Amino acid sequence: MSEVVLETKDLSMVFPDGTQALKNVTLTIKKGELVSIIGPSGAGKSTFMRSLNMLNKPTDGQIVFEGENVLKARGKQLRQIRRRIGMVFQHFNLIKRSPTYQNVLHGRLGYMPSLKGGLGRFSEEDTRQALEILRRVGLEDQAFKRADELSGGQQQRVGIARAIAQTPSLLLADEPIASLDPSSSENVMTYLKNVCQEDGLTSIVNLHQVDFAKKFAHRIIGIKAGEVVFDGSPKELTEGITNHLYYSK
Amino acid sequence: MRPYIDKKNKMTQQIYLGLFIIFFIFSLLQVGILDERIFQAFSRVENLLKGMVPPAISEPIDVAGAAVESLQVAVMGTLWGVVFSIVLAMFAAKNVSPHISISYAVKAFAAFVRAVPALIWALLFIVAIGLGPTPGILALAVNSIGMLMKVYAEAIEEIDTGIIDALKATGASQFQVVMQGIIPSIMSIFISWSIFRFDINIRYAAVLGVVGAGGIGWELVRASRVMAYDEVLGITLVIFGMILLAELVTRFLKDRADMATLKAME
Ligand SMILES: Nc1ncnc2c1ncn2[C@@H]1O[C@H](COP(=O)(O)OP(=O)(O)O)[C@@H](O)[C@H]1O
Ligand SMILES: [Mg+2]
Repeated sequence: MSEVVLETKDLSMVFPDGTQALKNVTLTIKKGELVSIIGPSGAGKSTFMRSLNMLNKPTDGQIVFEGENVLKARGKQLRQIRRRIGMVFQHFNLIKRSPTYQNVLHGRLGYMPSLKGGLGRFSEEDTRQALEILRRVGLEDQAFKRADELSGGQQQRVGIARAIAQTPSLLLADEPIASLDPSSSENVMTYLKNVCQEDGLTSIVNLHQVDFAKKFAHRIIGIKAGEVVFDGSPKELTEGITNHLYYSK
Repeated sequence: MRPYIDKKNKMTQQIYLGLFIIFFIFSLLQVGILDERIFQAFSRVENLLKGMVPPAISEPIDVAGAAVESLQVAVMGTLWGVVFSIVLAMFAAKNVSPHISISYAVKAFAAFVRAVPALIWALLFIVAIGLGPTPGILALAVNSIGMLMKVYAEAIEEIDTGIIDALKATGASQFQVVMQGIIPSIMSIFISWSIFRFDINIRYAAVLGVVGAGGIGWELVRASRVMAYDEVLGITLVIFGMILLAELVTRFLKDRADMATLKAME
């Protein structure tokens, strides 16, 4: 019934040093789904996510995003795919010395001519939107502060705001709460889920913590040693499966 | 084992010391520093000093013009050096360079440029272009590139690759990643090195004129050729004042930049 946003077929990744990080990952993500990918550290969660927008290039397989072959995309076409995929990072990856609202405006760079965006000549409309998005993540008071003056949880909300500013059709978050304290983690996950639901976004979130994954997602995918070993609803994720995922060899 | 190594180290040390002493004595004899002329120098210096005071400047307008030209050479040389260094640093820094071999090539170029002194560059450009401030500007620019490109590239290499990933992920072009991500991140390092380089260039600019590359150095040569020692001192004092002034200005700028950084970090 609902349309497919993203499809990967036999996606494999071998790093130059010989590490096989992904093995034939075949997945279909539908519009509006909130998906959590769980798995132990080193399972390949980040590698999978970074392959989707070509921050690293898989060695084999296929990725189709909204009907476009991602692995074949170059230059301008790749930029046009990337601007429709928002990404949130574990370490926020904000430009620390730039003000908060400017970090949010960076989400518009993919829509601007190279020169105009490079010189930071964002339109009034974009700036208005950026401030509105900051209000949505509860940071309207922090708009003109330098990004590194904000707390970790606030910085991650700026990270979410930057991704939302892209008006993406897919939102990726790679361990968005792994470097936050428990209460900030709750807070950030709540904002993340809210913006996804309000905008009807499709989202994939890598999470180390199973309890957060169950609360956030409609669908959970378990990855172990580069392979998908579980794909189902939070209810279907039993303790036995979790144990297998995290503890058994 | 240990005492053996110590003994061996001591022996190599002694060999080095011996070689150094031999070289030193050889040099003394060869260069003739212990020449009798050195003992006659006292009377010469006395004459020189007598000729120098009181300091004088016979053509104040010419000298002032030359001093301003030196400042201009320093400013322009630094400016061009900075601009080219930024662009080249983007190709030299491993984490943003289009290819690792380009990075090595650009770094090798910088190392070569750095190895050749500014005065030699000035002489080369004088041969190529002719006398005047242009070869001086080019010499300082090239000499600055050798140093600035290296320190800029190192600053860029220290940048967290995460921020480059984050901007790329928004669909930003390489130019946008550089302008919106890299430059703001290295701004304070960038400013302090550029100011430091300007300090160096102002000193070079004062002496580049000696070989004919424009500025006040030429006035100094002119005065000493006609043995107008009072003017030599006068011009030296002008150079001194010029450098002092430049130092005050750069210190003021540096303090301002530090203040801005401190304020931002509060
Ligand atoms: N740049 C790289 N070069 C070589 N191996 C890498 C690189 N990045 C990740 N790996 C390896 O790939 C595997 C998967 O890593 P990653 O995707 O980061 O796992 P996760 O995000 O699930 O913790 C690990 O074995 C890791 O060591
Ligand atoms: Mg990871």
